[in-house]
Parts: sequence; C-alpha cells; structure tokens
Amino acid sequence: MSALIAYLFAAIARSTPLLMGTTGEIMTEKGGSLNLGVEGMMAVGAITGYLAAVTFDNLLLGIVASFIGAALCGLLYAFLTVTLQSNQNVTGIALSTFGVALYKFIGNRMTQWDGGFPVASKFPHLTGVLRIQGIPVLRDIPYVGPLLFSHNLLVYFAVCVSVLCWLYIFKTKNGLKLRAVGENPSAADAAGVNVGRYRYIHDIIGGGICGIGGLYLGLVTNGSWNESWINGTGWIAVALVIFANWNPLIAIFGSFFFGMLQELTVRKGNLVEEFPGLSFLNDIPDDFYNLLPFAFTALVLILAGVLKRKNAEPSGLGLNYFREER
Amino acid sequence: MKKLLSLLLVICLVASMTMLVSCGDKDNDNGKDNTGDGDNNKGKNNEKDDEKPTSFPAISKENLKIGVIHIGDPADGSGYSYTHDLGIQGMQRNLGLSDNQIVRKLNVDDGDTTAIRTAIEECITDGCNLIFGTSYGYMQPMNDLAKQFPEVLFSHGTGYMSNDYNFNNYFGRIYQARYLAGIAAGLKATQGGKVGYVSAYGTELAETCSGINAFALGVQSVNPTAVVYVKSLSSWYDPGMETACANSLIDMGCEVIAQHCDTANPQIAAQTSGVFGCGYNSNMTPQAPNAHLTAPIWNWDVYYTTAAQAAIDGKFSEMGNYYGGLKEGFVDVSPLSDNCVEGTQDKIDAVKALIITGEWDVFSGVKLSFDENGALVKTDADLKDNQGKVIVATGGASVADSVLQGSMNYFVAGVDLK
Repeated sequence: MSALIAYLFAAIARSTPLLMGTTGEIMTEKGGSLNLGVEGMMAVGAITGYLAAVTFDNLLLGIVASFIGAALCGLLYAFLTVTLQSNQNVTGIALSTFGVALYKFIGNRMTQWDGGFPVASKFPHLTGVLRIQGIPVLRDIPYVGPLLFSHNLLVYFAVCVSVLCWLYIFKTKNGLKLRAVGENPSAADAAGVNVGRYRYIHDIIGGGICGIGGLYLGLVTNGSWNESWINGTGWIAVALVIFANWNPLIAIFGSFFFGMLQELTVRKGNLVEEFPGLSFLNDIPDDFYNLLPFAFTALVLILAGVLKRKNAEPSGLGLNYFREER
Repeated sequence: MKKLLSLLLVICLVASMTMLVSCGDKDNDNGKDNTGDGDNNKGKNNEKDDEKPTSFPAISKENLKIGVIHIGDPADGSGYSYTHDLGIQGMQRNLGLSDNQIVRKLNVDDGDTTAIRTAIEECITDGCNLIFGTSYGYMQPMNDLAKQFPEVLFSHGTGYMSNDYNFNNYFGRIYQARYLAGIAAGLKATQGGKVGYVSAYGTELAETCSGINAFALGVQSVNPTAVVYVKSLSSWYDPGMETACANSLIDMGCEVIAQHCDTANPQIAAQTSGVFGCGYNSNMTPQAPNAHLTAPIWNWDVYYTTAAQAAIDGKFSEMGNYYGGLKEGFVDVSPLSDNCVEGTQDKIDAVKALIITGEWDVFSGVKLSFDENGALVKTDADLKDNQGKVIVATGGASVADSVLQGSMNYFVAGVDLK
C-alpha cells in the first residue's frame, strides 16, 4: 500500500504546476483569448518569483512576484491582441519564445555574478515554510492523511486558486459576463459589457496564475539554476485546458491524471514490487512511458476535434473583436 | 494515331528513365572515385609522411587555435559543460594561451549532425587547428570530419572512435573515483543499508553501468550488506525527472542518494528530505550544504593541457587515445564535506593509494574491506553479477578494460534496478 500511496502522493505534487498553468489558461480562454504563451509566462513567473523569494527569504513575496512577472506578459499579450488587433496564435507563440528566452537570459547572467545563482535551500525562512507538510491533525489519518494532507503549502494554494476560479467563472455575475465575452463578444458589447477591458483583465490574471505554476517548478521541483525548469509544462497545460473542458474543477483531476502518467516511469518498479500482477509494467521500455503524457495530449486534441463539445469551448476563442466590423 | 503517340511517349519515358538511372549510377561512381581519389591523395600524403614517421606535425604555440564544442552552456555554474570549460580555462592558464586562441560553441545538440558539423566547420573557418568535442554524440561527425580535414586535430571525449593520425578519443577511469565516493556513502547508510542512485541510463551503456557497479563495490567495502537501488532516467538531462527519481528513492528508505546525471537536483531533493547524497561532475556541496558528502569529479584541465601540449610538441598522433585515472589526477573525489562520518578520509586515502600505485583496481577478484581498527584488508573473492554469475574468479585481474571498450553490461551483486 505504501508504494501506491507514495506514487499517488508524488503524482499530486507533480500535477501542481500543471494545474496552475491550466487554470490560468482557462481564465484567459474563457474571455476568448487563445494565449498559447503559457510556457513563456510560466518561465517569466518562475524566474521573477524565484528571485523575489530568495531575495526577501519569503514565499509569499515570491508568489506575488511570480504573479506580477507573468501578469506583465499577459498584459503584453492583451495589448498586442486587443489594442493592436494582432493575430492571437502568432502572438501567443511569440510570447512563449520570448518568455523562455528572457528566463534563460536572466538566469544565465545571474550565474556569472559573485556567488552564482542563489540556491533556494540556503534561505532558512523560505525552506522552513516550504517544508511545512500539510495540515497537522488531518495528516495523521491513515492512508488519506499521507496522501492528501501532507503536501507543501503551494499544493493547497493551487487547489484553492482553481476552486476560486471555478466559483468566479461559473457562479458570479462577472464570470457570466466573462463567458459572454468569450462566446459572443458582439452580443456582450451590445449588452453593455466592455469587451476590451474584460479581455485585458483576464489575460493579466490568467497569466499571473500561470506564473505561480512556474514558481513551483523553480522553487520546489528544481531549487537551483538550470535551463529547463519549465521543460514543456506550459504546452501540456494548453492541451489540458481542452482535456478539462474549460472547467477548473475538472482541471484538478486532469492535471492529477497527467501527474500520474509522468510519475509512472519513476515509480513503476516500486508498484510492481507491491502488486506483482502489474509486472508487465516493467517489460515496457522507458521511452514509452516518457511519451505517454504527449501521446495523451495528442489523443485529447484529436478527441476534442472529433467530439466538438460545443458548449464548452468559447465560440469566440481565438478571434479578435473589432467593434467596427460588427 | 493515338496509339502511335502513346507508344512514342512510353518509349521516351523508358528511355529517359534508363538515362536517369545510368546518370545516377555514373554520379555514384564519380562520387566513389572522388572519395577514392581523396583517400589515394591522403595515402600519398601519408606515404610522404611515411618516409618520415606518420605523425601530425607540430603546431607552434602562437598558431595553436582551439575550438571547443559544448553540449550545454558553461554559464550554468555546475554540471557537465561547466566542468569541461573549467578544464579549458585551466589549460589556457597552464599554457599561457590568449583568449582569442580559444573558440567556444555552446548548446550544440549532440543528436543533430548538421548542427555539430556546422559548429565544427565554423571553428575550422575561424582558424582552429585543434577541436575538442565534449559529448558522446559528436563522435561520428568528428570521425567523418577528421578524414575531410587532415590538417586539423580532432579530439573527442567519452566515445570510442579514433584514427592514429589526427583523431583521438579521451575518457577517464571515473569508476575509480566512484568507488571512493561509495566508501563515503556506505559509511553514512547505517540505518537500513539502502543507498539510492539516480542514473541517466542503466546497463545499456558501459559508462553508466560501470559507475553504478564501482559505486556499489565501494559501498560494500565498508557496508557489506548494503543494497544500491538504481532509478534510470533514460536521458542525460531531465531536471524534473532527476528530482522525481531522487524522491522515489528517498520514499523507499534510501539514506544516501548518489547520481550520474547533470544537475544538482538529486542532491537538493536529498537535502529537502533530510537524507545525504553524492553528486557528480562538480563539487555539489554549495548546492546542498547539509546533504552532500563528496562527488566524483573530473579534472579536465589535466587532459586538455596534455593534449594541447602534445599538439605543440608534434606528439599528438603519438599520444593516441587517453584514459587517465586517479593516478594522472584526471579523476578524483571533491573535498569531503562535514556531513561525512569521521574516518572517511582515511579509508578513502588508503584505497586511493592502492589504485594509484596500480596494486589493485576496482573490478578485480580481490575485495577490499576494513577491520575494526580501520586498516585496509584484501580478501580474494569472486566478483559476481546480480544474477549470481561469476564475472571475475577469485583473485583474478581487473576487467576494467571492459569499461574503456564499452562492453560492460551487467550489474554486480547488491545492485537492484527499480
């Protein structure tokens, strides 16, 4: 049982950055902006958040800084697509390249400074907070405790953000207006919703949330400098949005599923030891496991294309709104 | 009429096809002839040299220009490319070369033949006459280019191809240093005797598999019942997976996490979970001060200096392939951190002395252990793989050559791939 719990536990931890990226992108896409730059926004959020967290030795300031850094990328995207009416796909891809390059630029410059790139584990308060494992009484419950209630604080933070986003999008008046903007901007405009402002605000907030996912990768998964903190997480998040049917609650389970796929390579040996019936897992080459998340991403995209779930995808997604063209 | 026309057309088609095919053949033949000529020419050159010895002529120090092909960016501050570049800088200092005598090509993907060739050809255009390729995947392109540019020296690290004129291979006996690191790890894993090892690959590559084996034997010299659990990444560089593998080993109860991968992530994971670790490539104590014990390291400057000096002296062809070890100072372990058990240094020094004098080497039928006073004891014993098969019979000589030839493909007893 312990290997299974350890596996699921690791999968939850692994899914946290994916969840943040997915939730942020859902916020953005619900307003009709197809921002493909998640990878870049996560990278920028990661580096700004990481540097703030170690500079002030404070996790909260790190979260704020990663939000701001990535939100600025969202602002840039909104400016380009809403104000300047540039093509959303192209802008998103450009943003992704730009963000990753900026992250590498800052990181690589830092390594040449005195003392090199700061290592997160050297900051006592920051690591102290990150090491808090879960919720005191609940984590002692057998099975459930070690699985659900002994994670680091960022994991719970991510789940809370997702639930809040779901409440906002589906249960509030502003969320209704946001969905209207995404579905049919002309109608929303006619009903008195400021389409441009809604897109601006949600591009910025969505970008910021993605950035926190980047911070998780930088601070928890890596903890010191290398050029591959994000390593494709942003692109999987874009696909997960479709997988999750543009719903942050489903995104929690979707990203958990992808976390399970990613952890399977690492943990299969331990699982087989505990459940000998799974021994076929060991016969499959490692490379197959490594391609699973990407194979599922492709499968999801195909399914989404075939099924065409009309109610979920915002009809105005990817289209710029220009009032004079109505 | 139509029939006639179509017949004509078919005839034309067939004729043109045969012509095309024959042209193609001719081209091929020409191609072969050309390469043949090239070889002949080279042969002639060599013949001329044969009258003197077949040896690459000396390059004066002022004319020496060195190209370095890196797989990553040395600016990372630790890891593979960083340590190679420290070696290049050390060589530059040792020989007193100026900055413009060294050309660096960074982030050259080692699976992309075009990128590799472009990078090397750019170096040659820049006037480089000695090219170091630091990554395994550069081997085949360098082998081809060495034929194409007989006036340039090529030196490739971690592979097995070479010619006896202008292309050699360099690598080291890092397994010796791994054995020493294993001693430090074995002394630390006293609770349950479980040691974890995050490796890029498993038995597929002699480089990784020999490292794991040597480390495990080192662990067993001080902790005979210890088991080394291995997780394989199937990749040389995947920081997220490196962390994940380390965490899964820690969950299994491993007390020390060793690694054969590029980033310090396994060490950081060990520190976060309050266990210990042995890094690789560079001293990783700064990245994980509370966890790191010691790391097997490369002193690449030893080889780079030797090779550049040989080029200056006109002895490059004579030097041939280079496999340095502890003896040459080419490999070593980084200074022990305060996390190590007391007495670790003495035990490591004792084994190191044996290896340096050539009295003993790792993969032999002689087992090392320590008595209660900490004195080194040699016992003859079979070296077995983890299936129970005898690799080296009691008292037999070391099979370390199988590491250099790349034929080692088993785990020794006490290694468990998960």
